[in-house]
Amino acid sequence: MKPVLLVDFGSTYTKLTAVDVDSAALLGTASAYTTVQTDISEGLTAGLERLERETGKLEYDQSFACSSAAGGLKMVTSGLVPELTAQAATLASLGAGAKVVKTYSYQLTETDLEEIAQIRPDIFLLVGGTDGGNSECILHNARMLSALAGQFPIIVAGNRSVARECQRLLGERDVFLCDNVMPKFGQLQIAPTQKCIRDIFLRRIVQAKGLTQVSKLLSDIVMPTPSAVLQALELLADGCEEESGIGDLIAVDVGGATTDVYSIADGMPSGANTVYKGLPEPYAKRTVEGDIGMRYSIRGIVEAAGIGRISKLAGLRVPQAERMIDLLSTHTDLVPDGDEDMTRLDFALASMAVDAAVGRHAGTLEETYTTLGQTFVQTGKDLSAVKQIVVTGGSLIHTVQTERIAARAMYDPAQPMSLRPREARILIDRKYILAAMGLLSTHYPRVALTIMKKELESHGSSEQTNP
Amino acid sequence: MEQKRKKVLVLGVIGADVHAVGNQILYHAFTDAGFEVINLGVMVSQEEYIAAAIESNADAIVISSLYGQGELDCRGMREKCREAGLGDIPLLVGGNIVIGKQSFAEVEKRFLAMGFDRAFPPGTDPQVTIQALHEILDGKE
Repeated sequence: MKPVLLVDFGSTYTKLTAVDVDSAALLGTASAYTTVQTDISEGLTAGLERLERETGKLEYDQSFACSSAAGGLKMVTSGLVPELTAQAATLASLGAGAKVVKTYSYQLTETDLEEIAQIRPDIFLLVGGTDGGNSECILHNARMLSALAGQFPIIVAGNRSVARECQRLLGERDVFLCDNVMPKFGQLQIAPTQKCIRDIFLRRIVQAKGLTQVSKLLSDIVMPTPSAVLQALELLADGCEEESGIGDLIAVDVGGATTDVYSIADGMPSGANTVYKGLPEPYAKRTVEGDIGMRYSIRGIVEAAGIGRISKLAGLRVPQAERMIDLLSTHTDLVPDGDEDMTRLDFALASMAVDAAVGRHAGTLEETYTTLGQTFVQTGKDLSAVKQIVVTGGSLIHTVQTERIAARAMYDPAQPMSLRPREARILIDRKYILAAMGLLSTHYPRVALTIMKKELESHGSSEQTNP
Repeated sequence: MEQKRKKVLVLGVIGADVHAVGNQILYHAFTDAGFEVINLGVMVSQEEYIAAAIESNADAIVISSLYGQGELDCRGMREKCREAGLGDIPLLVGGNIVIGKQSFAEVEKRFLAMGFDRAFPPGTDPQVTIQALHEILDGKE
């Protein structure tokens, strides 16, 4: 037996997972409140005690941790054209597990600078222009940023012709030069920038956020939590050398403030008469809907779905649903706890959150008629052939309706041009192990894959269709 | 060290037009002639040409249209370029840009009035366009 401890310091809960890497078995899971304000190791110690009650006394061989505590990894990005380099910067940051607070395009203004100073990002990502292309914008932005107070590091990943000049303009600041996120028009190259974001996270952010006190207990906090989740999902889909994965998938995590959607799939057009438009999207793509969440962002769900649809789905009258939504938006810690009306409302809210967030993540098809007949224009990823939907996160797991809610991620006849899975089975991360398995995968990919397959499939279901 | 920067062209077939063959021929002809070509392919909107030209700091935009709706599709292109900060970036257009029996001199006049620098009639040899590009671009630095 060789036990390994995996810890996820979340914004609210510190989640612990113990595994035995020799037998590829899950030994136990436990959680406790995150105590980042005082000493983060208090929560960890409490969690360890709970875990021990489940697993018995264990001598851990190794331990790894990820974190989204203390506001996560807060980033601001700036690019040139919104749909091109600015979008590439956002995709790169989200994929690296960051929380993108704001994305600017074109030239930064004085007002923008004031806003950035207020946001106080952990990292700023400055891009713009293809290699040898536009340089004015990124130079202007570097000049503007150099005047800004605050010590956050800046990654420069734009037109390589002026990378050094940007660095000089930024003077005393901490600057990291990376390969261009869009070296040629329409070509996305985000891996070097993502590696740089992770390195900075390790070297600086973890320390700055008071997360290092735990280093006595842990080998290290090695990545932001969303990055661990994405890594786990990639492993689950693709497999590793010794074992095959389960194939293309999407994953949904509806939280209190945001909803994360992941897709591991190529997503390029399948039909011969389909033309792809816009920036190609990454194979492993993560999006975060900052306005879709069960409590803090409850209004965003209402705005996206409409109060009529929500109340109908919940079986409540509109005024009653409105009153309850008012209450939940201010009392964000309320949970149904047996209350039937609130259970039904939460079901409706979660369903509509999945619908909206996956709708924005998935690509769309547009039908046009040309002189050569019917043609389709695709933007974004075609996920219609994806056969698996992974569900994670408290609001989807702590309900008996998980499958019905998750099925909202699928093809909906009312939105026929949204490229969502047509037939898929639902896999449920009941014990919330995805982030832990992402951490484990860095050293023990096969063990992580075996455990994930076992856990997710045992709580999975047969094929579903959109209700 | 100072390598001369290749002139950058943004190329594509405008509108709901899926004629892909001529587009490929032009792509190869322009590349062979020493241009760096950003080929947007078929069914390109005005906004796509402009976005590509901004990011790549393009020297010219070359628009093809083969299905007869070119005049409609190209309307407002110059104004949009100016609005996007591309100013007087050279705009060239060619193909079967209008339908019906019209004298090309008339058609050309209308496109020049729309702010295009050159308009080419059907069946133009790519070399003619390349020659025109040199005339327009070689003087500029």
